[in-house]
Amino acid sequence: MAPSAITEPIIRITALDTQFGSQVIHHNLELEVRRGEVLGVVGGSGTGKSVLLREIVGLQQVTAGSINVLGTEVTNCGADAQKILRRNWGVMFQEGALFSSLTVAQNIQVPIRELTEFPQWAQDEIARVKLAMVGLPPDAGMKLPSQISGGMKKRAGLARALALDPELLFLDEPTAGLDPISANQFDELIKNLKATLNLTVFMVTHDLDSLVAICDRIAVLVDKQIVVGTLDELMEVDNPWIQEYFQGPRGRAALGHKERN
Amino acid sequence: MLKRSARKTRDSRELGTFEPKADGDRMKVTLTGPWDVPTVMAHQQTMQKFATDPSLEFAKQSVIDVSGVTRLDTVGAIAVSLLRERLGRYGEAEITGAHDGQETLLEQIASFDAQPIPPPPKRTSLDRIALLGEWAVGIGYEARSLVGFFGELSVVFYRLARHPSRLRITSIVSHMQQVGINAMPIVGLLAFLVGVVLTFISGDQLQRFGAGIFIVNLIGIGVLRELGILITAIIVAGRSGSAFTAEIGTMKINQEVDAMRTIGLDPMEVLVIPRVIALILMLIPLGFFANMVMIAGGALMASLTLGVTFAQFVTQFQSAVALHHLWVGMVKTPFFAFVIAMVGCFHGLQVAGSAESVGQQTTQSVVQSIFLVIALDALFAVVFWQIGW
Repeated sequence: MAPSAITEPIIRITALDTQFGSQVIHHNLELEVRRGEVLGVVGGSGTGKSVLLREIVGLQQVTAGSINVLGTEVTNCGADAQKILRRNWGVMFQEGALFSSLTVAQNIQVPIRELTEFPQWAQDEIARVKLAMVGLPPDAGMKLPSQISGGMKKRAGLARALALDPELLFLDEPTAGLDPISANQFDELIKNLKATLNLTVFMVTHDLDSLVAICDRIAVLVDKQIVVGTLDELMEVDNPWIQEYFQGPRGRAALGHKERN
Repeated sequence: MLKRSARKTRDSRELGTFEPKADGDRMKVTLTGPWDVPTVMAHQQTMQKFATDPSLEFAKQSVIDVSGVTRLDTVGAIAVSLLRERLGRYGEAEITGAHDGQETLLEQIASFDAQPIPPPPKRTSLDRIALLGEWAVGIGYEARSLVGFFGELSVVFYRLARHPSRLRITSIVSHMQQVGINAMPIVGLLAFLVGVVLTFISGDQLQRFGAGIFIVNLIGIGVLRELGILITAIIVAGRSGSAFTAEIGTMKINQEVDAMRTIGLDPMEVLVIPRVIALILMLIPLGFFANMVMIAGGALMASLTLGVTFAQFVTQFQSAVALHHLWVGMVKTPFFAFVIAMVGCFHGLQVAGSAESVGQQTTQSVVQSIFLVIALDALFAVVFWQIGW
């Protein structure tokens, strides 16, 4: 890959403002996500992490500013450009957001069916591989979302997000509500997928362990803006919230693990 | 069709190439460029034709050269593995020239259990019969739990009758507002329209016999005994019974009901009783209101189309319609209200699991309460006929 392609950001957000009524969520927010990195987004509740994710994937209108994803302006683009974008990104929602009337395999096939022209046997084959990739047994494919556990729903949601091999993967709290073992497995999974599929991952999370384990850089939402850097860089930032976050007991515990490993 | 495929084609990026070359018993397949979703889609038919070609049988040694592949995604890797698997049936087949990441991906895919996703179990005709049985038994169970719920409700009512201070007055008043006052516009409008239509259609028939004035008897007795209350009950079942189910059901999904129990609040006392009392208290005036509006609609239509003036209408009404017809209608309202509220709350508490269940239970609630209201109405008709009212 040419060097320019490496440095060229896959997402570029400039001068973003978000306002709900008189409540300002983001003001003059700037962020660049580099190709091939795992970016963890953290912040206190109500700082607009999920809102930011929703704005990037076009589910939420921005008040002002620009969001550029894969060279396309999300805030203002035509239907065709949107189609291409949707094919090149995958979004995993918190609870998996599986369509409840479809089986897990059919859920994975929804984007394939909608955006490609593969025959059914090929779709089945893709669904089978994706299921195995996210660590689900083949017979999970025939089950309905109501018949599987929360952790399995998340995995199935990830499989659906990965159905068309996106370049960019959005994860909304992927490890929230999982037991530590499943959460570790999920971290490993993301790490492996990133290595084999060359993914760029934008991950909203609260899980300090997964921040330490898999994120290349961390973006912190404070004071309506974003401070971004590697873990070590952020430790040096002179901001009370950031200090509290990484130097608090939980933060130290997670970092301690890192040093021991 | 053309439009559809145009919509599905991707950005005009370059596609990978697929070149098979046979040389005696050796087969070499060269892949170059990006092997991703668009490429596989583009070569899908060619590859399938190639893979099912009978002449492949001669290929004893096959090589798939992927050294020229610039990008390999899962779908591309699946295609390559399938090709290898196919060629491997006739002789040796290997993949050469994979880069590090591609190698891992190909290995990973090859390592997956080749077991296909089992299809969802098919329904046989025996299953259908079994389903019918299950449905019937389900109805039996549900009827039983509804009776059980009725019993529970009676016990709580008895308990509250002994300790009336535990009644939640604020909650009752708030529900009275919702199920009574707020329902007046829609009940009034529909009652008026039914009155108008009824008079219009039956008046037309009566006039052929020159008996136009008897529309007053028909409307008066019909509305007071049956229609006014029945229509009101059906509207309220659809409007408030369903709301009860949805409200309580949502609270169940949110675990609010569980939270109440752990604090020591009885959901029957807190959620069900206020709704039942509120609906009983409000359906009586609501039914009376509907009666009056429906008769008013009839009177208006009678004066417009049948030439029965308002004064004539009132005089005829006084002489033809005895007061007990009103009581026959009104006495049914508390029973209807009780059934609607009970069924609504029962199904709300039956909600379990997902939000989908709220929808199912709400449907059930409306269907059952309307069914029970009409069945109860028929029962009342028989009783009143027996006692000669």
